[in-house]
Amino acid sequence: MIAVGIDIGSTTIKVVVLDDEDKVIYSTYKRHYSKIAEKLEEVLSDLKKDILKGQTKVHLSFSGSAGMGIADSLHLPFSQEVYATREATKRFYKDTDCIIELGGEDAKILFLNGSVEVRMNGTCAGGTGAFIDQMASLLNVPIEKMDELAEEHTKIYTIASRCGVFAKSDIQPLLNQGAQKADIAESIFYAVCNQTIAGLAQGREIQGNVMYLGGPLTFMSNLRKTFDKVLGVSGLLPENSLYFVAIGSALLSKKDEEVDISNIVNRIKNYTNDENFSYIEPLFKNEKEYLTFKEEHEKDFVPILPLKGYKGPLYLGIDSGSTTLKAVLIDDEYNIRYSYYVTNQGDPVSLVKDMLIDIYNQLEEGAYIKGASSTGYGEDLIKNAFSLDHGLVETMAHFEAAKHFLKDVEFVIDIGGQDIKCFRIKNGVIDDIFLNEACSSGCGSFLQTFASSLGYSIEEFTKLAIAAKRPVNLGSRCTVFMNSSVKQAQKDGASINDIAAGLSISVVKNALYKVIRCSSKDDLGKNIVVQGGTFLNDAVLRAFEKELGVKVIRSNVAGLMGAYGASLDSKNLNLEHSSILSKEELEHFERKVISTICQGCNNKCHLTISNFGKNRIFIGGNRCEKPVTKKATDLKLDLYDFKYRLLRSYDHSEDKKEYPRGTIGIPLGLNFYELLPFFSTLFTSLGFKVVLSDPSSSKLYHQGQMTIPSDTVCYPAKLLHGHIMNLYQKGIKTIFYPCMSYNIKEKGTDNHYNCPVVAYYSEVILANMKILNDVTYLKPYLNLSEKKYLPQKLYEYLSNYYDLSLNEVKKACENAYREYDKYEKIILNKGLDILEQSKKENRLVICLAGRPYHVDPLINHDIDKLILGFGASIISEDILAKLVKKDDNVTVLNQWTYHSRLYKASDYITEHEGVELIQLVSFGCGVDAVTSDEVRDHLEKHNHIYTQVKIDEITNMGAVKIRIRSLLEALRKRENDGQA
Amino acid sequence: MMDKLKRDKRTGRVIFTKKMKKEYTILFPMMAEIHFTILQKVFNHYGYKAELLTDTSPEIAQTGLKYIQNDMCYPAILSCGQLIHAVLSGKYDLNKIALMITQTGGGCRASNYIMLLRKGLKKAGLDYIPVISLNISGLEKNPGMKITIPLIRRALAGVIYGDMLMCLKNQVEPYEKEKGTTDKLTQQWIDNLSNQLLYKNGYKLEIIKTNLESIVKDFAKIEKTDTKKVKVGIVGEIYVKYAALGNNNLEKFLKEQDCEVNLPGILNFLLFKIDNRIDDCNLYGGHKIKKFVCQKLFNYCDKIQSIFLEAIKNNSNFALPSSYKHIKELVNGVNGYGNKMGEGWLLTGEMLELAETGYENIVCTQPFGCLPNHISGKGMIRKITSIHPQANIVAVDYDAGAPKVNQENRIKLMLSIAKERLETDSSNISSK
Repeated sequence: MIAVGIDIGSTTIKVVVLDDEDKVIYSTYKRHYSKIAEKLEEVLSDLKKDILKGQTKVHLSFSGSAGMGIADSLHLPFSQEVYATREATKRFYKDTDCIIELGGEDAKILFLNGSVEVRMNGTCAGGTGAFIDQMASLLNVPIEKMDELAEEHTKIYTIASRCGVFAKSDIQPLLNQGAQKADIAESIFYAVCNQTIAGLAQGREIQGNVMYLGGPLTFMSNLRKTFDKVLGVSGLLPENSLYFVAIGSALLSKKDEEVDISNIVNRIKNYTNDENFSYIEPLFKNEKEYLTFKEEHEKDFVPILPLKGYKGPLYLGIDSGSTTLKAVLIDDEYNIRYSYYVTNQGDPVSLVKDMLIDIYNQLEEGAYIKGASSTGYGEDLIKNAFSLDHGLVETMAHFEAAKHFLKDVEFVIDIGGQDIKCFRIKNGVIDDIFLNEACSSGCGSFLQTFASSLGYSIEEFTKLAIAAKRPVNLGSRCTVFMNSSVKQAQKDGASINDIAAGLSISVVKNALYKVIRCSSKDDLGKNIVVQGGTFLNDAVLRAFEKELGVKVIRSNVAGLMGAYGASLDSKNLNLEHSSILSKEELEHFERKVISTICQGCNNKCHLTISNFGKNRIFIGGNRCEKPVTKKATDLKLDLYDFKYRLLRSYDHSEDKKEYPRGTIGIPLGLNFYELLPFFSTLFTSLGFKVVLSDPSSSKLYHQGQMTIPSDTVCYPAKLLHGHIMNLYQKGIKTIFYPCMSYNIKEKGTDNHYNCPVVAYYSEVILANMKILNDVTYLKPYLNLSEKKYLPQKLYEYLSNYYDLSLNEVKKACENAYREYDKYEKIILNKGLDILEQSKKENRLVICLAGRPYHVDPLINHDIDKLILGFGASIISEDILAKLVKKDDNVTVLNQWTYHSRLYKASDYITEHEGVELIQLVSFGCGVDAVTSDEVRDHLEKHNHIYTQVKIDEITNMGAVKIRIRSLLEALRKRENDGQA
Repeated sequence: MMDKLKRDKRTGRVIFTKKMKKEYTILFPMMAEIHFTILQKVFNHYGYKAELLTDTSPEIAQTGLKYIQNDMCYPAILSCGQLIHAVLSGKYDLNKIALMITQTGGGCRASNYIMLLRKGLKKAGLDYIPVISLNISGLEKNPGMKITIPLIRRALAGVIYGDMLMCLKNQVEPYEKEKGTTDKLTQQWIDNLSNQLLYKNGYKLEIIKTNLESIVKDFAKIEKTDTKKVKVGIVGEIYVKYAALGNNNLEKFLKEQDCEVNLPGILNFLLFKIDNRIDDCNLYGGHKIKKFVCQKLFNYCDKIQSIFLEAIKNNSNFALPSSYKHIKELVNGVNGYGNKMGEGWLLTGEMLELAETGYENIVCTQPFGCLPNHISGKGMIRKITSIHPQANIVAVDYDAGAPKVNQENRIKLMLSIAKERLETDSSNISSK
């Protein structure tokens, strides 16, 4: 009796044959490149010929995400893959307590001891094989090499693994700053490991006999080691670790009737899909339409002439992007004389050096570089390394270039390898910027990766898309989802053409509806310039024009616009001669990289210091300017810092006083960031010693991450698990964390709710943190806006635990309310001081508008100090809200206390000079979906610029810098224009 | 036409006037099919030309994404998308339609759907179309739409009828001997009850009693086979829990997988929302009048629920759902009664109830990034399984980009374990 298990996953087909004794007598592993039926037929035919040798009746079962569709339509047995894994483990490794399996797009933890539980990654593919693949290609090394590299690591950086996008934006700056690949490789493994644990363990501890399965864990010994280290176990890699699903599936098939394999092969041969996928209009109706389209777009072009034979000045622009390096050399007539475009291979400095030498070698007598500017992520690095004349924000560079092709450009959209940059131009100034901070779907690398995973070059893929008859409607969402949507479409019978076209269209839709959030073509204006390598793809360009119903400008140098803009900038500098390194200097070019940890403050930034000799030093990895300027940022004008320090002063842990009722621990997170003065005073008045959890740090966060049940909740909430753990580790036996549907009432709002997460997170903590079994956990439901009833209710609750009197509680409440008012007043006065002083010094004030808990430096990533470094002062939204007397004019239901302040603050800004707003939004904050549009409307109605910064556990500070610099640049220009 | 519109002074929203009531067709989005079909007639009874949208085309989500902030939760995208899609369909005279959507007034984002819908209409250049808020919290008043006590009573009757039909249909259909009998009977009753609520006094308690008893008897008569099936409960955010459009036809999928499905009724949700107001007073003090009024309404709904439960108990041996009060007891010590936003503690309670009554296989549905469900759904699963180790819960996220194939795969895993248990159980029984 032979049993066949077939596991069809997102990228591979695995087949296993078991004999009577469940011994594996055959196994095979093939990539299917999404041609599942074809490959399957091939594999099974081989199997029939070589193994079965005439035997036709076998037990057989399918498994795997892509196997489900085939099994369904052929009416053959199917076993869910995790279930199959469990079956195989039960048969061969009975004592296993826990399985960790990483696959192509999925990560799973399977708990076998006690009640069986399975955790699969839901909507996020962070930390899976696909993620590791992506990272390897970013490091420009084959997968195996990555494992070897990790072996040699000396230190570990923090890298977000929740999303490939975030990880890329962490890794890219590290690479650009010259960090060691070995360290990055190991850091990636750590990230994967943390993601798996944080995302999947969800409060259940991973211990006992741990088994590793799946490709990444099979092939990468260092990844296994990392897991061992983090979990404190020594996990087992079983024999056939790749084939567990198939083996389990074969085992399960023995319960079903035998089937005739020849019959199945025939049925697969005739397997056609019912083609019932949702599709949209084709990009081009026919060949002719395509040709007309091509002709139209060939009009926008810059002549590209040879460098040879040219005499005279040249202007260099270098765009050192996140994945690519681009450079352009133009002459006095704006013609391109030299261009350069490579992936930066993680080492832009050496590439630029080689390129410059190449340029110098080609220069003829009389030709010379008259100006040189750099832009992009690596702007500072390149500028310092090669002593260029100027550096400019990439948005400005793109604007310069776009203007060159369309004087009255109103909107520029740039889709690059992994970022989208769009901006609106109003009165000649960049007015509104859209960046894809949270998501890389809709970017070029996405198409590229897809094309190559299906076995095509991007050019072939484009051709396929152009010829598509029925493009698949894939919607606009995350890359990870897209993989699965494509799988679904294939299952439903979409052709490769339809998929290629569908992907091109979804790139456009993502940019339009997710990043820009536009609803009609009028939103973008009439004069649109599109650029970035992705738009060189005719399918994408066409999809864009079709979606908007408008003709746009795309130049022949669409992929080089940043560099072209930089070269225009360097021309505009009107220098006599560039300060760029000469050929001789380049020949002696040296670079020493030292990595170190900054001791300037608590952040302990990992600095990479590149020394290029002759005082040309570049420091990367710093959050503030301190290591660069050697001066502490002047924190006097930073209300965020002031608030944070003031709040920490409510910690009485160092207090020597006697407290008769013992110690109460308070986790400093979420709404305690405002109500701490109240509660701290309340409990001190009642004779408790109030101890706060330590300042947030990533170490503190990781200590609690195993207990987070929902991986999509916002980071400030997740962080609370760490704070509770921290209190526990300090030996605190009583922890106070109330639930609060309502906040303190403030004037002029519809209601005064907390958001659901802030309101009830205490319930999540209690339900998911086992350590609380040894702790008295005080979790009353309180409403501070019911001043009259609060003492009574608090008394009722506390008297369950303590012997106290109502009068005592009344007194304590009075003190607490008084302290809260006092705290508010101190903050307000400090805020007024900052406003006044800034006005005197003619200093820009930035209102960092978020939530009270955004003052936590770990949550805000020291954005306040970054802005301070640019010479502005910092104030928070609550101050401005207090200064607005009239009622809100809000078009949304204004029912959350924290959020109503945002509306008021934006009103203040529209009525006062010298104050601008940057909204901080935590990733995953559902309420800000409502507030951000409303605040934007408020500001834009009055001609102010709305800037939003999305923050998460890890934030792409590069993108944040671009935003802030672009904002400051636009304000400066506006002011100049106003004066002129 | 446009200049005649009356607008609210503060917000500028178009007011739905008495005159409009006569002339305008009021469109409202689909959620629970049986309930909403019946409820439509309740509005018709009071002279509103209410029309339930039944279209489920994929363009609805696309329309939603185009006009509603994309980070907003999936139910907002779908329900507003369904409305705007209908408006743009060309089927209606745009000067003669109004849109209606519920507004709970709670601390969850759902209270803001209506504002987003208006923003969406504005984007489409249609902000002259009046949007009516359906709520009992006194938000946004319109002279042309009065939520009167008789209307509430009639609507509550509609809800309990819907709950009964849904409850029994789910219990009978998977086992029916003759395919289609249950569905036919359900349709007959929907028509009958709709008719009663449109023209007659189908809302009176004694009539409710008679009707519910007849329904139970009718369903009990359907011949069933003696097969054992996997029993699956569905809980979650109210829209994705009930709306096939929101959960990719989850009910249908589970039925195709040969399961018996249990969707706890809507009346519990209403009881919950009323009870929250009472609990707020208990927890935070004060507001005696509010508490008194809510208690009255609560008692009335509670009465209806007991009629519902009695009808099943006395006339059949169908599985009896738990009362709201019992569910509340189950939650004690697991989740706080003050946790009221969205589905709040009721979501946790329903999972406990299902696990207790033999529906321990549970799909916990939620829109991607649903704030209350971080707490009461995913946040409580660990605790629920510590109380009911046999609970086999899968949490599934729904949103415009989450592909069906992944959702189904996750659910299938839950089903594999459920099937295995069903087999072990039945072999244990047969070996005894």
